[in-house]
Amino acid sequence: MLHTLVVLVENKPGVLNRVASLFRRRAYNIESLTVGHTDMPGISRMTVTVEGDQHHIERLTAYLYKLVNVIQVEDLTEKKMVSRDLALIKVNTGSEKRAEIFQMVEVFRARVVDVTNNSLIIEITGDSDKIDGFVEVLKPLGIIEMVRTGAVAMERGSESLVNEDVLVEMVPA
Amino acid sequence: MKRSGAQIVWECLTREGVDLVFGYPGGANLPIYDALRDYPVHHVLCRHEQGGAHMADGYARVTGKVGVSMGTSGPGATNLVTGIATAQMDSVPVVFITGQVSSKLIGYDAFQETDVTGITLPITKHNYLVTRVEDIMPSLREAFYIARSGRPGPVLVDITKDAQQAFIENWSYDDAPIGLRGYRPDLRPASARIKKAVDIIHAAKRPLILLGHGALMSNAGAEVREFAEKANVPIAMTLLGIGAVPASHPLNLGMMGMHGEAWVNNAIQEADLLLAFGMRFDDRVTGNLRTYAPNAKKIHIEIDPSEINKNVKVDVGLVGDLKDILRQINPLLGPGDRAEWLEHIADMKGDSAVRDIQNLPDSGHLYAAHVLHDLWRFTGPDTIVTTDVGQHQMWAAQYYRIDKPHKWVTSGGLGTMGFGLPSAIGAKMGSPASEVWTVVGDGGFQMTMPELCTAAQEGVKVNVAIINNGYLGMVRQWQEFFYEKNYTATPMRSPDFVKIAEANGLKGIRVTERSQVEAAIREAQESEGTVVIDFRVEQEDSVYPMVPAGADLHAMIRRPKNVLVETAEDE
Repeated sequence: MLHTLVVLVENKPGVLNRVASLFRRRAYNIESLTVGHTDMPGISRMTVTVEGDQHHIERLTAYLYKLVNVIQVEDLTEKKMVSRDLALIKVNTGSEKRAEIFQMVEVFRARVVDVTNNSLIIEITGDSDKIDGFVEVLKPLGIIEMVRTGAVAMERGSESLVNEDVLVEMVPA
Repeated sequence: MKRSGAQIVWECLTREGVDLVFGYPGGANLPIYDALRDYPVHHVLCRHEQGGAHMADGYARVTGKVGVSMGTSGPGATNLVTGIATAQMDSVPVVFITGQVSSKLIGYDAFQETDVTGITLPITKHNYLVTRVEDIMPSLREAFYIARSGRPGPVLVDITKDAQQAFIENWSYDDAPIGLRGYRPDLRPASARIKKAVDIIHAAKRPLILLGHGALMSNAGAEVREFAEKANVPIAMTLLGIGAVPASHPLNLGMMGMHGEAWVNNAIQEADLLLAFGMRFDDRVTGNLRTYAPNAKKIHIEIDPSEINKNVKVDVGLVGDLKDILRQINPLLGPGDRAEWLEHIADMKGDSAVRDIQNLPDSGHLYAAHVLHDLWRFTGPDTIVTTDVGQHQMWAAQYYRIDKPHKWVTSGGLGTMGFGLPSAIGAKMGSPASEVWTVVGDGGFQMTMPELCTAAQEGVKVNVAIINNGYLGMVRQWQEFFYEKNYTATPMRSPDFVKIAEANGLKGIRVTERSQVEAAIREAQESEGTVVIDFRVEQEDSVYPMVPAGADLHAMIRRPKNVLVETAEDE
């Protein structure tokens, strides 16, 4: 099944390469990988969606922890979480299709962010299923180009996923 | 004080206690070499960076200290790669320092530029690309810390030439604790898990310790012995676990795995509890995982959490330092009555000891096993033995009985040919008072043979025992067993090794009969410099027993009757 992992890493040169290289070397297929800053200085947060059974994901977690720059790994798959993906979709709009497309945009609570005589760029945010659904609807109307960010995810509720220990600099024993 | 980046490299190294480095200079690390004159560090000029890497590796394995190896950018660094991977697979602490082209040239395919941190990313424990002089000290401090802590391993620090040349006006050494938020080398198991492990141990009737390299890394030999003696548990060793407890210890059964003794592998298959101490269930040790120790519970003590449940699913995993954990377990151990199990193993062993080549009458033939057995007889327990990779390595593991820790140096995980001679040079320089032998094949020896002149230049005395059978012997053995004796690309012509030794200003001795073995060993021991002995052994001899790759551990090819090796029946 598809797992959603959150990986906190030190924001050091090459860290994305280290994580990506690990997936390649241990023969895991990344469905999507996003990385960005957090509210904590020097710490970046990756959201990785990856296919595998429980054993595979446990192995992957252990290998990730082996990387010196990896601070924390959490599997959100079984937890209540919010997962969001953003897509920009450029579509063909002959005059006869335009109204239909705007209607779809309305239904999916997407936004039109660029308009020309014969094209639109639509921005949509949501979980992957919603975006997949939207794309399916638009396909027959003619997609010129599409880009998706890949999922970012967060556990619901008031707790932070971040283990406070990670904020403490480690001291050699 | 004002210091250049190059000087800071040596400032850091000397503070880490480094007084010996193995390397090779070139354009991109010349500033570092230029600054060496100000520091009390001896540099050994290897003849190829792979050799330098193995020297640092051998040095680290016998001293327990971090080895240091250097190379320049581009080909210098890529030549290190085999040595880095060797250290990585066997968890050996080595810091590699490479020169890199100037930071403004990086990415432009400059002369002798390679992406060394990229290349070595999967074969180092960690690595650094340093482009600013300010980052040299923190990177090197972290490199040494990471290399030696937790599960040790190689760390590479790639330093650009401009960073080496830049100055810091008011430089001082920072010895504040190192902050690495993602690095946890000091994990410990919960006491409840230890309790659970002890309960399983008490319930076991046929337990067996699988002793690996971790026991040596953790210096846990005494604790392992205490455990084994207290609970009456026999011990099987991995290739890299050799020496952690004496070969002569009555509970030490010997080596397990592909070329392990039959009674050891059969004991593993029949055990009801495997106690894996600092080992990683490598495929050469387990054979077919589906049929591996089918009735055994498994307790795995290992410092690297990613090894737990990797190859073999275990009942209890205890993450941490083996010595620490055994110190917690040992007081909780009750006396175990395992007489029946030990007797059964003794029965399985049977007359195997009698059929060993070593006990057979001398028929005039020269067998590798003879040579290694004699080498063991004529050298003391403090002798360091390094090996290359192949048949001679397995024979050495079987017939040279190591009784002390850190005296056995071999490339296990990567199986690197060419490892023997340079690792012996490094071992000797790390332990100058020790007698050092390297056992090599005619194939592997030729891979790093130029390091003979390194030994000559340094005045280092190592004794080289070439088990010369005119083939790439282990490959030939596989061809014999699995490829219908189609000896493609394995017959090998060698130069006259005696003359090679002499050309390097060293002594060379040729041995063709068993009667000459002792005299040759004695002559080597009494000679001042490095000595090369060319043992012309039987050409088509094989290592037994053998578990074919991927086969069940108990499905061993046993020593046949009446082939070249004149042994009694194996059963």
